[in-house]
Amino acid sequence: MNKHQSQLRLPSVIRPGKQINYKKIGIKLCLYLPLLFWTVVTLYPFWYMMVLSTRSLSEIFAFPPPMWFGRALADNYRILLERLPFWRNVWNSVYIAVMATVTTLFFCSLGGYGFAVYEFKGKKVLFNIMLATIMIPALLGIIPFFIMMRFFGWINTPRALYLPGAASAYGIYLLRQYITGAVPLALVDAARIDGCSEFGIYCRIVLPIIKPGLAALGIITFLGSWDNFMSALVILRDKITYTIPVALRSFQGQAQTDYGAIMVGASIAVLPLITVFLFMSRQLIAGLTYGAIKG
Amino acid sequence: MAELTIGKKVNRFFRRKAPYFFISPFFAFFLVFGAFPIFFALYLSFHDWNGIATSPMVFIGGENYWYTLTDPLFWQALKNTIVLTIQSSIPQHVLGLFFAFVINLGFVKYKNFFKTTLFLPYITSTVAVSMIFAILFGYPYGFLNYLFVSLQKLPLFQTIFNWLRLDPPLKWLGSASLIIPSISTQIVWRWTGWNTILYLAGLQTIPPELYEAARVDGAKWYQVFFKITLPSLRPVLQFAVTMSVIGGLQIFNEPFIMVGKNGGTGRAGYTLAMYLYQTGFEWGYFGSAAAISYLVFVLIFIFSFISRRLLRSEEGVS
Repeated sequence: MNKHQSQLRLPSVIRPGKQINYKKIGIKLCLYLPLLFWTVVTLYPFWYMMVLSTRSLSEIFAFPPPMWFGRALADNYRILLERLPFWRNVWNSVYIAVMATVTTLFFCSLGGYGFAVYEFKGKKVLFNIMLATIMIPALLGIIPFFIMMRFFGWINTPRALYLPGAASAYGIYLLRQYITGAVPLALVDAARIDGCSEFGIYCRIVLPIIKPGLAALGIITFLGSWDNFMSALVILRDKITYTIPVALRSFQGQAQTDYGAIMVGASIAVLPLITVFLFMSRQLIAGLTYGAIKG
Repeated sequence: MAELTIGKKVNRFFRRKAPYFFISPFFAFFLVFGAFPIFFALYLSFHDWNGIATSPMVFIGGENYWYTLTDPLFWQALKNTIVLTIQSSIPQHVLGLFFAFVINLGFVKYKNFFKTTLFLPYITSTVAVSMIFAILFGYPYGFLNYLFVSLQKLPLFQTIFNWLRLDPPLKWLGSASLIIPSISTQIVWRWTGWNTILYLAGLQTIPPELYEAARVDGAKWYQVFFKITLPSLRPVLQFAVTMSVIGGLQIFNEPFIMVGKNGGTGRAGYTLAMYLYQTGFEWGYFGSAAAISYLVFVLIFIFSFISRRLLRSEEGVS
């Protein structure tokens, strides 16, 4: 393995006493350059967003387009707050995402535990019914979802956007898999013999062990809720109840779309998540791909 | 003594019923919000209903399906959606595989930097990003047009543009032929990193002995890629492709934000999800909208079946 690696390492390109190996350098360039190019492509829109948030509307559509920060950030921010209760919208997004995460984790960890640890009548049937619904596209539910929410009187309420998703079939599947893999049944039995109640086992033994699984599902749920647009669009009708995506979109309808203000809003929607992500990218990536690799 | 036995009995009762206590909160929610809507949509799809709570639903048999299937707008949306799905899926997997392969190579440095950067688009809000891209694709003065106009001054690119019959500045989001490629670009931008990370995770499960053996046998890097890497990645590939097909056929946010609810010039960016949205929430035909949602479901079922089959058929060899 070591030998194998040393063969591929950069120093081997220029071997002492030999000619420079142009072919190897060429191959490496062919592999490196696209990667670097794509890195630039990936980062540029974020940079552009930040630059434009500091530019006035006429500057944004000037030629050549702005490449560096301007002085209009305060103006754009003022326009944003004039048109929308934007910090309220941010709060709505945060509140819905946090509640979605908490409720999903609660229902799915309880259910996942039930499916992973116990044998009971109808277990297979119930589990299979649930599994079958994972394959059903979210779009199928949007019409009944809206009708039900109106029937419950939940139009314009945040709970319409986090409660229905709490019973996530994908979530319970993920946690059941995780509990099956991480919690030995012998441990559960031992706790039972020691007189621990069933709920006590779940709270004090299982939950601490499955923290990484909970984190993975939590992140997926939070990001999903943060990005949710279509159901928020049909449920939220008043400016004061808008989440960030719906608020940003409401800017578009106006006669002169104020892109500078939109970019300030977009930065507020995007930058905090990126900051958190940069600090814990390794755990987050591991958590996010866990579900996919297992699935 | 007697109390103790009662206590034991109560305990035993709870122990036996415990699983139901654990799963019932989930299933109560699941029945109401997960299972019921599926059947309700089916029921609705056979009725005529304007969505007003007090007006009655009228049973009309398969008329909603018939109406949708004879609506030219449906076929246009279907065509757009399929083209968009194909145009956005293929590049993101080709690039994802390539980048995963490169990052996984021994000599590549700053692996974590590349992983983190490529993954960034996934954690951003699609609506916010769509708006950034709408400006990037702006006509005549978006950044992309600036880039193209500047590049055109170089003879090499002039030849390429002439050959492709492109004359920048281009109406990226304003001309029927460029709307879908532009939207695809944004989808590829968003998902390439996610696929790269998935494929990287898949690559790390391949035993190094396999590569060692290939090296001893004097295999070239592309032989290694096509003979070892790709076959070992098949399960991950199958999952990732199926996911992007399912996501692509339901695409809504990106076209809705970038070209508007009507799909832009000539409705070139009009997708099935937008057709469903307008039918239900703008025109008030809830029965037809439910029928559309079932047609989309069938479509997704067929396509994910095909993509699974295509990627599985070769599995028999390895």
